[in-house]
Amino acid sequence: MLAHLLRRRESAIFAALVVLIVAIGAAEPNFVSGSNLYLMSRQISFVAIVALGELFVILHSGIDLSVGSIMALAGMAAGYLMKLGVPPPAAVVLGIAAGLVMGAINGALIAYVGIAPFIVTLGMLSFASGVVLGLTKGWPITEIPASFVPLAQGSFLGLPIPVWITLLLAVVAHVVLTATAFGRRTYAIGGNEQATFLSGIDVRRIKLALYMISAACASLAGIVLVARFSSAQADTGKGWELDAIAAAVIGGTSLAGGAGSVLGVLIGACIMGVIKNGLVLMKVSSYWQTAIIGVVIVLAVILDRTRRRG
Amino acid sequence: MAELVVDAKRICKAFPGVRALDGVDFAIRAGEVVGLLGENGAGKSTLVKILAGVHRADAGELWFGGRRVEFATIQQAQAAGVTLIFQELNNCPNLTPLDNLFLGRELRRRGSPLLDYPAMRARARALFERLGVEVDLDVDLHTLSTAVQQMIEIAKALLGDVRLLIMDEPTSSLTEAETARLFTVIRELRDRGTAIVFISHKLGEVFEITERIVVLRDGKNAGEIDARTGTREQLIAAMVGRELAEADHRARAAPGPEILRVDGLSGPPHIEDVSFALRQGEILGVAGLLGAGRTETARLVIGAERATRGRVLIDGREVRIRSPRDAARHGIAYVPEDRKVQALILAMSVRENLTLAIHHVLRWLRWFLSRRKEAAVVDRHVAALRIKIASREQAVNQLSGGNQQKVVLARCLALAPRILILDEPTRGIDVAAKAEVHRTIAELAARGVAILLISSELPEILALSDRVMVMDGGRVQRVLDHVDATQEAIMTAALSGSPDAVAPA
Repeated sequence: MLAHLLRRRESAIFAALVVLIVAIGAAEPNFVSGSNLYLMSRQISFVAIVALGELFVILHSGIDLSVGSIMALAGMAAGYLMKLGVPPPAAVVLGIAAGLVMGAINGALIAYVGIAPFIVTLGMLSFASGVVLGLTKGWPITEIPASFVPLAQGSFLGLPIPVWITLLLAVVAHVVLTATAFGRRTYAIGGNEQATFLSGIDVRRIKLALYMISAACASLAGIVLVARFSSAQADTGKGWELDAIAAAVIGGTSLAGGAGSVLGVLIGACIMGVIKNGLVLMKVSSYWQTAIIGVVIVLAVILDRTRRRG
Repeated sequence: MAELVVDAKRICKAFPGVRALDGVDFAIRAGEVVGLLGENGAGKSTLVKILAGVHRADAGELWFGGRRVEFATIQQAQAAGVTLIFQELNNCPNLTPLDNLFLGRELRRRGSPLLDYPAMRARARALFERLGVEVDLDVDLHTLSTAVQQMIEIAKALLGDVRLLIMDEPTSSLTEAETARLFTVIRELRDRGTAIVFISHKLGEVFEITERIVVLRDGKNAGEIDARTGTREQLIAAMVGRELAEADHRARAAPGPEILRVDGLSGPPHIEDVSFALRQGEILGVAGLLGAGRTETARLVIGAERATRGRVLIDGREVRIRSPRDAARHGIAYVPEDRKVQALILAMSVRENLTLAIHHVLRWLRWFLSRRKEAAVVDRHVAALRIKIASREQAVNQLSGGNQQKVVLARCLALAPRILILDEPTRGIDVAAKAEVHRTIAELAARGVAILLISSELPEILALSDRVMVMDGGRVQRVLDHVDATQEAIMTAALSGSPDAVAPA
């Protein structure tokens, strides 16, 4: 059992995460304080939700650069609806629906028109963020009902609600990827798209669904962030596509497709979050933080590669 | 007697978990063509890779031109005059033939970093003229046929001073005519004193081109056969260590009613008005040169490409097949030409590859895949086709070519197809696996499956087909009944449509 665990792809990065936590905890005791862990876990959960969606897309050997913009768009849509008096649950659903439309456009252009994912989602990154800025002229929406705020700021059994959302989503994603035909086919497309197509599988429909899943996750994260800040902001999610991709890659997801797991992505997101938080506590300037994150991403991939060869 | 070019003594090589070579001896003289045969996994590729500097031997002596050597890199071996042409083409499809030819050995203008294209072009022209092939030097390589690409690989080998040329399955994607052309080149090189190692699973060719045949089995020498006096049976016995019966399908009952009719099918890239019918339990062989339109026809039938004109009828009713998915629904399964590129998901397990097309029968609670049902299906097919695997979870890229091909075949059979289209089902697989695939094909036909068998190996077509359809230039040139189907009749028909096709030298 233990040997089986050690052989898993995720074991090396999990060990790295433990080492990081111990090292940062030793250097800065505040790091392991209850309140810091609480806030950090909540921060990590937002990235993790986006990264889980990104995982689906990367598994088929695609990429979704538009998740950050879709976060802003969905958050803004939900915020605007709540401002109009729409009850929060309905606003959440409609906000996600707005994001899903963008995901469907991504997926349709990639799967049915045959344009490269990088190009399509780069376009969507710019388009969706432009739509948000154009409609709001950059002003935030602050009329968020108090009943909505606990979605991000509340807690349950001692854990922040966003963490529960992430865990629930992770379980669903794991089951979908490992136990359903859809999941199997997603890995298959990443491994060999042509072979999957010739096996009589509707590759295009699956691709469409994958980009919609990514958009739905991004939308959910964007909407929960509205609750976190009690306002919807046009620049929410800016640069998050890189965090999401980095979390997936650190977690052992192959950008070539066909390899990666939910567990890996969660660990990857934790590593990113732990480092960022640790650097803040150790009062490293935010300029240097980005440089360090860059090094970590590349190191993680090297670690993963040597482990697999060895 | 000519000098020994290579004298390898007691070569050993182990990889994690496998003893690939265990004290193998191999020698070859200048101006000699030696066949190197053995089943997949016998150690042929490992041996030639040691000769070519890809791997280093763990133990043993390697003498080259009378000197003890140990090639640490491919470059060292190349400098000594050893060239290995790999089974899989190693080229850059996005570059031109000219760029590919000189890749790594570019000619430069004197005292300048700039490339000397006129000089390279002149040398390339001279080289291809010598090889007797016409190659457009300025198109992208991927637009050229595999045969031409193969010739470019050979030309690359001839650029330098070659003392030892090793060819690993050079004819696996060549037609008979192209093979004949290659043999002319090989003989010419031999007469100039080049030592040539020829690896192939096509036994007829081996007897034709080589002088003697070195056989390996399980990483050891398993005998040597004189190609002038030895027999096919002796060679097979040495390779597999036992006698094998070759399949002959033609002794069975007459086919049943018509099940598939293709009527006036036209479509990309160049298929023009193809019509044929296929009956239950019938094997229709499809012969032709490379680029004759055989694979392209299959792709139109299964909906991988859209036909521009024509109809497909199943059981007399017209059906619309717009994707491989539709084809599967109508009971048509397709084994593609290139198992690694078009069929297998190499990083996935045997189990996942085998059940890729039948997720719908493995479902439980609508969305989930039943692991229990999946395991049962896999076990059944692994046993039926005698696929050699360590476990269901073994990655397919660890299997031999023959077992990989059986996994692809099993995936199709799991669909319980009524019509099976096989595209080069035995390309590059060893003799024993080939015999088993042939037997499976014959058994399927006997059970009433209608089979379209596309193959570039005429002996395979002749042994299995009830009728043979010969294609050329995207059209059906002739349909021969098996009593009339001879190598000569097929080749004549295959060359009838296009007078410019490469004729046998």
